[in-house]
Amino acid sequence: MFRYVIGRVLESLIVLLVVSFAIYGLIGLMPGDPIDLMIQSDPNLSPADAKRLKALHGLDQPIVDRYIAWLRGAVQGEFGYSRNHGRLVTNVIGPRITNTGLLLGLSLILSLTIAIPIGVYAALKPYSRADYLVNLFCFAGISIPPFWLALLLIILFSVTLGWLPASGMETVGKGGFFDRLHHMVLPVLALTLASVGEFTRFMRASMLQTLRQDFIRTARAKGVSQPRVVVNHALRNALLPMVTIIALSLGRLFSGALITETMFSWLGMGKMIYDAILGNDYNLALVGLMFATLLTLIGNFLADIGYVWLDPRVTLSKART
Amino acid sequence: MSVTAPESMNWRMGKRFMRHRMAVASLCLIALLAMASFGAPVIEAALDVDADKTNLFNRSATPSLDHPLGTDELGRDLLVRLLYGGRVSLIVGLAAAAVAAVAGTFIGLLAGYYGGWLDSILMRVTDGVIALPLLPLLIVLAAVDLTKLGLPTVLTESENVSLYRIVLIISFVGWTTVARLVRAETLTLKRREFIRAAISQGAGAGRVMRVHILPNAISPIIVATTLSIGNIILLESVLSFLGLGIQPPAASWGAMLTNAQELIWANPTLAIWPGLLIFVTVIAFNFLGDGLQDALDPRALD
Repeated sequence: MFRYVIGRVLESLIVLLVVSFAIYGLIGLMPGDPIDLMIQSDPNLSPADAKRLKALHGLDQPIVDRYIAWLRGAVQGEFGYSRNHGRLVTNVIGPRITNTGLLLGLSLILSLTIAIPIGVYAALKPYSRADYLVNLFCFAGISIPPFWLALLLIILFSVTLGWLPASGMETVGKGGFFDRLHHMVLPVLALTLASVGEFTRFMRASMLQTLRQDFIRTARAKGVSQPRVVVNHALRNALLPMVTIIALSLGRLFSGALITETMFSWLGMGKMIYDAILGNDYNLALVGLMFATLLTLIGNFLADIGYVWLDPRVTLSKART
Repeated sequence: MSVTAPESMNWRMGKRFMRHRMAVASLCLIALLAMASFGAPVIEAALDVDADKTNLFNRSATPSLDHPLGTDELGRDLLVRLLYGGRVSLIVGLAAAAVAAVAGTFIGLLAGYYGGWLDSILMRVTDGVIALPLLPLLIVLAAVDLTKLGLPTVLTESENVSLYRIVLIISFVGWTTVARLVRAETLTLKRREFIRAAISQGAGAGRVMRVHILPNAISPIIVATTLSIGNIILLESVLSFLGLGIQPPAASWGAMLTNAQELIWANPTLAIWPGLLIFVTVIAFNFLGDGLQDALDPRALD
């Protein structure tokens, strides 16, 4: 187990390294480097100045050298300054990570609270009318454009009813815990609805499969009551694959958070990445993208490890394939 | 059970598919949508409107005989713009799914057939692409300056460049599912007698893959590709919504919703049609894929 974990960690680090180089290269291909932008906004700069500035910031070096210089700083925790925020990148991302964590965490909890009971219920009555409706609900959840869903929520709760604020994190000049909570409702709801269909579908399938197993029949034959069979015997086992599914969906959840944060002006990592890419904020975009990659890699890693750890029937050699 | 003439394989598949009422309805709906959106120029001419022509005296008009669904915030006919948007979504969905399927099949065949180090490398790359954060990466790829890539200006200034780009970048991240499926299928097929017989009779690798393996692996490819179309249409609409997909004045459902969000307090009804069409199209492709799965793979009965 220990060797396996070490191997997986090393593998993830290599992927992270390769991805960081690829992203570094891609970011260099975005329109206008910082000096070009400075020249555009300042007519007094001569081409000679531009050249000097580029040399000063190392922009005239080949890409591999620049990348190695960046990497050397990165491993020491130095990610440079954010151009648009005028602050150290590390200072910018701190609160952003908290905000995204809050959004993702709350909506994940809410989503599972809805998905698990519904999925179990549908699996208990397969091919019934209720199951059919649940299926329809899942298909709708997977197929609905998340940003349209968010728009509909804004139209209903902000425009028509006027109950909830349509964007931002708090009212200017007001603030406070309840005000922030008030602003959080719509983004959390939008993100929850975007993922609940998929989770319900997996929960139903997992429960359905577990209920067919021999040990369930044995439990029933022993005279164990139906609620006990469902909760203690079936649900506990059916939740195992859900752990994997949740871990694997971390990356997708983050993509959802990017859309939600951008729409609701929620100051999290997703909106930060979007703004940084569109605003040519190289250092910030790079770190943001690395963070998103790391999140996905950690998710995949947890999915592999968690499954082996939780289910004694699965051996490592099986988990590898 | 009554004795009837033996049914052909295709006939049975057809029957299983027809049992899926939602899948059949979805197929009809997609066909209808395709006809309407590719016939958009005809409808445009019949209504005597111009999809790109703004008319500030007739902004946000309610539905009328001239404009069956009314006009948008710049006085353009909503129906015709929706149909042109549908054309974009269908083209991107089908084209990107097809490119991804071809690339994935190719990679999966190579990895599964040759095995060894080639397999290891290709599968590591596949794992790597799966580990990428999808939407942030697509945003970067959509923001890349094509002239910095050294592409000729004929291409970078072409009218359809945003369409080509979006097809390309979505297929760039979308091939992994098919690659894994085809690799797994190839690995099992390779051990079967008829493949070994073909090899022993001197069939080359290319022939074995093309004639013997591919036809037997086609069902999962079709199912996975159909199921991916809905997702691709969603991705395209998200990118266009974020301002990185299809560029205005060309119409796309995602970009129409960007305008709708800006005008959400003044005219919330603008948000209804484009979103509803994305939703219906995506769910139709998902139902279709589900129906195909049941029809083509009798074992997957759950």
